[in-house]
Amino acid sequence: MTFRNLTTTAAAISAFAVPAMADINIGASLAETGPAAFLGDPEAKTLRMEVDKINAAGGINGEQINLIIYDDGGDANKARTFATRLVEDDEVVAVIGGTTTGPTMAMIPVFEDAEIPFISLAGAVEIVEPVNPWVFKTPHTDRMACEKIFADMVSQGFTKVGMISGSDGFGKSMQAQCKGVAEASGVEIVADEVYGPQDADMTPQLTNIKGSGAQAILNSGMGQGPAVVTRNHTQLAIDAPLYQSHGVASKQFIELAGTEAAEGVRLPAAALLVADQLPDGDAQKPVVQGYRDAYEAETGEDVSTFGGHAYDALYILKAAIEKAGSTEPAAIRDAIEQTAGFMGTAGEVNYSPEDHLGLTLDAFEMLEIKNGEWTIVE
Amino acid sequence: MRLSNKSATLLVLAALIALTPIFFPSSFYYRVGSLIFINGLAVTGMVILIGYAGQISLGHAGFAGIGAYSCALMPVHWGIPVLLAAVLGAIISALLAFLVGRPILRLKGYYLGVATLGFGILVYMALTNEAWLTGGPDGTQVPDSGLRDAAKAIGINLKNSEFWYWFCGVVLMIGAWLALNLYVSPTGRALRALHGSEIAARTVGVDVARYKLQAFVISAVYASAAGSLVALQNQFVTPDIAGYMHSIEWVTMTVLGGAGSVLGAIFGAGILTLLPQVLTMFAEYEQLLLGLIMMLVMIFMRDGLLPSVLRLIRGKDE
Repeated sequence: MTFRNLTTTAAAISAFAVPAMADINIGASLAETGPAAFLGDPEAKTLRMEVDKINAAGGINGEQINLIIYDDGGDANKARTFATRLVEDDEVVAVIGGTTTGPTMAMIPVFEDAEIPFISLAGAVEIVEPVNPWVFKTPHTDRMACEKIFADMVSQGFTKVGMISGSDGFGKSMQAQCKGVAEASGVEIVADEVYGPQDADMTPQLTNIKGSGAQAILNSGMGQGPAVVTRNHTQLAIDAPLYQSHGVASKQFIELAGTEAAEGVRLPAAALLVADQLPDGDAQKPVVQGYRDAYEAETGEDVSTFGGHAYDALYILKAAIEKAGSTEPAAIRDAIEQTAGFMGTAGEVNYSPEDHLGLTLDAFEMLEIKNGEWTIVE
Repeated sequence: MRLSNKSATLLVLAALIALTPIFFPSSFYYRVGSLIFINGLAVTGMVILIGYAGQISLGHAGFAGIGAYSCALMPVHWGIPVLLAAVLGAIISALLAFLVGRPILRLKGYYLGVATLGFGILVYMALTNEAWLTGGPDGTQVPDSGLRDAAKAIGINLKNSEFWYWFCGVVLMIGAWLALNLYVSPTGRALRALHGSEIAARTVGVDVARYKLQAFVISAVYASAAGSLVALQNQFVTPDIAGYMHSIEWVTMTVLGGAGSVLGAIFGAGILTLLPQVLTMFAEYEQLLLGLIMMLVMIFMRDGLLPSVLRLIRGKDE
C-alpha cells in the first residue's frame, strides 16, 4: 500500500509541473471567481489582453512575457499557496495581484522572503503603510477617497456628515479611514450607520441619519448595497445630498439604482469613466481612451476602473524591466521604485522609497451622475 | 509477526511523510504537503465524530476560526505567547463545543447538520463583524511564532515551507496516533456501539449523550489545532477560515477518503487539497470534476476510496 500511495502522489505531482521557459515569467494571483470576481475578472482579462499585445509587439527587451495567472477566489489561504507556487515553482520575477486586501496581506510575507517585487491591486492603505520595500500598489486608497469627498463637501459648506457603511471588507475599511480623517478635513461625523452587504432595505438607517442633522451623507460600500441606499435616499426624499465611494464606479451601479434615484449622486473616481470628457490637452486622455476602447472591443463589456488597476500595474512593471535592462527581481524592484511621471488609468504615478502608492488626490476626479451618465464636477 | 492495524497505519503515514519529499521538484510542494497535513488533522477529528460516533457536523470550520484567531488576537491584546494562545484556543474550542454540543447533539440527522451549520456561520459572522477586535473581513496579522527560529537555534535551518511541512507532519502523526488509540479504547468501543444503534448501546449501559458530546469536543479540538496551524504558518488570517464551505470541504474529504478510517480520511484530504493545484489549467471545470468524483465514489465505493480499494485487494487475497 505504501508503494501504491507513493506512486499516486508522484503521478499527481508530475501532472502539475510546468515546463520552464527562457521568457520573462510574470505571475498573478487574482479573484477570477468568488465574491470579488467583479474586480478580479476584468483584472485577469486586462492582463491577458495586454500581455498578448506586448508580446505581439516584440515583448520586453526582446523577450516574450510568460504570464501565469492563478484564481485564488479571494481566499487568503489559497492566495498564499499560489504565491508560494509562483515563487518556488514558476520562478517568476515579479507578481501582480491580490484583488482584495486579505489575500494581498497573506501573500506579502512570501514575496518579502523571496525578494520578489509585488504590485497589489487592492485598496486598503495598510498595504503600503508602513512601506515594505517589495510591495507596491496601483489603486487609490480609501483614505484618499474620504479626503476627496470631504473636501468637496466642505467646499459646498457641508460640515455635518452622516455615514452609512457596508459591513463587508471594503465598507468597513473605508468607514474606519473616513472617521480617521474627518477631523483633519474639517467635517464632523454626526451619524454612523451600518448595513449588511446583502440587505434589501436601508430605510431605518437613513431615517436615523435624516434625524441627526446631517448636511450630507456618505455611503462607503460596494456591490448592490450602495444601489439600495441610493434608491432609499430618493424614496425618503432626504434633502442632504448623497455621496458614494469609488467602489461603485461602474455603469452597473447606475443601472441598479435607476437613473432617477442616481441623479445628483456624487463620487470620486478615476478619469477612466469619463475619458471623453477630459480636456484635449490632458496627458491622461489618450491612455484612458486607448485602454477603454481596446478593453471594450476585446471583451464586449463596459470598462471598469478595476481592470485599469491591472493595466497600470503591468505597464509600470514593463517600464521598470526595460529601464533595469535585466530580469533580476532586485533590479526590477529598484526600477519600479524610481517610477516617475508614469501616466496610468488611475492618474500620474510617482513612486519613491517613502511612497509606494505614488498617487495624489488630483488622480481622483469628482463625478456627478446626470441623466444616467458620469459628468465631471468643476 | 503481524502488525496491529494501528501500528501499520502509523507506519504507512510516517513513511509517506518522510519519503514523499524525495519526489519534490521545488519547495512549493512542501507548502502543498503542509496544507494536506493540516486538512488531514482536521479530518482526523471528523473521523472521530462521523466515522466512530456516526454524528455529522457542518460547522467545524467555526472551531478552526477560533483556533486561528486565538493565535492572532491573544498575543496582540493580552501579550500571551503565540504557542500558548494556540493551546488556549483549543481549550476555548473544547469549552464551546461542550456548551454548544449539549443541546444540539440531542438532534439527529438533518437537524443536527443544520444546527452545526448555524454554529459555524455564527462564528464566521462574529469574526467578520466585530472589526474592532478581529480586524474585520480583511483579516489580521498573526505574530511570528518563533518556532522556525527555535529550530534554527538547535541547528535545523529550513526554508519556511519546508519547516512547516515537517512541523505539520509531526502534529498530524500525533493527532493520528491519538485518534487510533481512541478507536481501541473503551470510549472508542462505546462510540462505535452508539454509531451502530443508539438504543442497543443504551441497553448495554453506554451513556449515549455523554459519549456523543465527548466525540464532538475532541473533534472540535482537532479543528481548532488545524486552524491554529494555518494561522501560524500564514502569519495572516481572514474570517474565510471559518466559512461554511470550509466545513463542508472537511466533511467531503472525510467521506471521500473513508469516514471510518483515519488513513482513508487523510487520503481524502490529500486528494481534495491536491486537486485544485493539479487542475489550475482547468480552473473552470474544477467544481465539475470534484462533483463527478464525489458522485462516482458515493455510488461505487460507499465506504470511501481507501477502505473500498483495500477490501478489493483483500478480497482477491482470500
